[in-house]
Amino acid sequence: MSEECAVELRDVVKAFGPFVAVNHVSLQIRDGEFFSLLGPSGCGKTTSLRMIAGFEMPTSGHIYIGGAQQGYLPPNKRPVNTVFQQYALFPHMTVAQNVAFGLEMSHANKGEIGRRVHEALEMVHLGGLGTRKPKQLSGGQQQRVALARALVNRPKVLLLDEPLGALDLKLRKAMQIELKNLQEQVGITFIYVTHDQEEALTMSDRIAVMDKGQVLQVAEPEALYEQPTHRFTADFIGETNFIPARVAALSPTILVELAGGIRLPAGWVEPGIAVGDRVMLSVRPEKINLYEAHELEELTATTCRVRGVVERLVYVGTDTHHTVRLESGDRVVARLQNLHVDEEPWEMGEATTVQWEAAHGRVFKEA
Amino acid sequence: MQQFLRRHPAVQAWLLLSPGGLFLSVFFIAPLFIVLIYSFLQRGTYGGVVWQFTFENFRRVFDPLYFNTFLRSAYIAILTTFFCLLLGYPLAYFIASRSPRTRSLMLLALMIPFWTNFLIRTYAWLTLLRTNTGLINTALLSLGVIAAPLPLFGNDFAIIVGLVYGWLPVMVLPIYAALDRLDPSLIEAARDLYASSAQVFRRVIWPLSLPGVVAGSMLVFIPALGSFVTPAILGGGKSLMIGNIISNQFLAAHDWPFGSALSMLMMTLMLLGTLYYFRSTLKAEADA
Ligand SMILES: Nc1ncnc2c1ncn2[C@@H]1O[C@H](COP(=O)(O)OP(=O)(O)O)[C@@H](O)[C@H]1O
Ligand SMILES: [Mg+2]
Repeated sequence: MSEECAVELRDVVKAFGPFVAVNHVSLQIRDGEFFSLLGPSGCGKTTSLRMIAGFEMPTSGHIYIGGAQQGYLPPNKRPVNTVFQQYALFPHMTVAQNVAFGLEMSHANKGEIGRRVHEALEMVHLGGLGTRKPKQLSGGQQQRVALARALVNRPKVLLLDEPLGALDLKLRKAMQIELKNLQEQVGITFIYVTHDQEEALTMSDRIAVMDKGQVLQVAEPEALYEQPTHRFTADFIGETNFIPARVAALSPTILVELAGGIRLPAGWVEPGIAVGDRVMLSVRPEKINLYEAHELEELTATTCRVRGVVERLVYVGTDTHHTVRLESGDRVVARLQNLHVDEEPWEMGEATTVQWEAAHGRVFKEA
Repeated sequence: MQQFLRRHPAVQAWLLLSPGGLFLSVFFIAPLFIVLIYSFLQRGTYGGVVWQFTFENFRRVFDPLYFNTFLRSAYIAILTTFFCLLLGYPLAYFIASRSPRTRSLMLLALMIPFWTNFLIRTYAWLTLLRTNTGLINTALLSLGVIAAPLPLFGNDFAIIVGLVYGWLPVMVLPIYAALDRLDPSLIEAARDLYASSAQVFRRVIWPLSLPGVVAGSMLVFIPALGSFVTPAILGGGKSLMIGNIISNQFLAAHDWPFGSALSMLMMTLMLLGTLYYFRSTLKAEADA
């Protein structure tokens, strides 16, 4: 394992009775990284986080923090702190007492506790509220207290379980930016659990996509969006068109055949697919362009082109979503930016040709 | 009518309160007043009262003969409360940490003794504790563990055993309720912030269950202080509490005014105890 690993999970399994919540997960989280666990509800994100914190013990596999194997170490012996989903602030203590708790438990001296609590509260902009009780604060303020209470201990790793889930949209957006800034400022490794793909894309250095207890892909946000390696990821992150097809050739170029014998090149094919397999061709809506027949550029081997009819138009301000029924009978959505006001818009029922770069077409197993 | 009530919530509140209020004033406040007035009157020869004002009853109350019984009753009640807490808290904690199904079964088991008459249950203890023929002493003697019977009966020990047994469920229930309400993620948060199990208990669980402890303690202390069935049976006629003396004044000595004065003093004592207890625990809660 590498030097700069803050946290490593090696082949970790967690079963609750017969139910496997986390299924052979291996992760290497780098020092100082903002790392997100992203996946739908129930995919095992919280369980993974709780195993790192020490609230759950893996059924098998090992967890390392700062290079040290954690084994059965209880949570109070691990160099990590958690920001809980519902904050879990101590209701009988003031804000300052909440923040001081961890330092008191680790026997810091009184003067240092006072100073660091003050610093931590300043850092989350709660300077004057130290004497309040958690109940007297708004949701956003409680969130900050939870953050200060964890960060004041200067842990190696901060674990955050959907910390913004309880806030309203506007506050959530603001806190996303603040949290990211804070992480850069303190340089602590953040492991951030969320089911919100936009949140993960905005904040993370790297993201692990989870589904049904398994990690499907670990990548930087851009790579995750542009080069998803599983059909689930392509679907879960952003929006995409799936066109049913059959593999016609894998070399020298990847070719798939749509209904009606239309053959199209594609940029990438999921490992394990053979010629003749039924597959799904995935193309993101913003990669697709619409052309009138006379405008068409020279056809190259790297361009996909299919004739169709505009079926539906949805204007959403920045762009307009064009649903096109292809010759093959499949429907795709093309998202065209509304760049020019004087542009002649497409009309429903109009004949068109959709076109995209072959590199943007990714071929996934059917199921 | 409905509209009128909606526009006048105060009237509505008074209407809702009136049945309970009426009941309380007839059956609680009025008797209390009678006791208060009686305590300043003189005794009749065969019970009842003679309408002549006097402080004599209250002077007699502070006679060491009676006042020491007061103090001893308070001492017994405090010890009873203490032991109920000592046994009841871990029990409540244990129940609260079971699965929902086991929990309801255990709570049910806790309530089952209430289905049997208190008097009968106290006599059952008599069978166990009696000095020469009691089951415990007989068993220990025949096993050769002890040479002479232990003094298990007819003393404060027997009374406290009987009272702790009788009032334990009343201590457990409010503590259980408080622990049940406690958010488990608070315990995890404390663990996460480097607290040991003992520190989690002292800094989080105990202060948050304190309202249950206060309620349970009051519910045990007050009836324990005024009890007379348990000391009458398990005290063996030798060890008495203030409750026995009061009942004697009414039933045997026919001195109603003196019995009333003793009652008034006991109520005052309970009130003071209650106030002190609430104040100190509220303060403890605020400091925690
Ligand atoms: N203590 C537990 N006992 C049984 N099943 C559990 C327990 N904790 C979690 N699970 C199950 O494990 C799965 C993953 O849960 P979780 O990690 O909380 O998912 P996520 O945080 O991704 O929504 C869920 O199906 C959940 O029901
Ligand atoms: Mg979760």
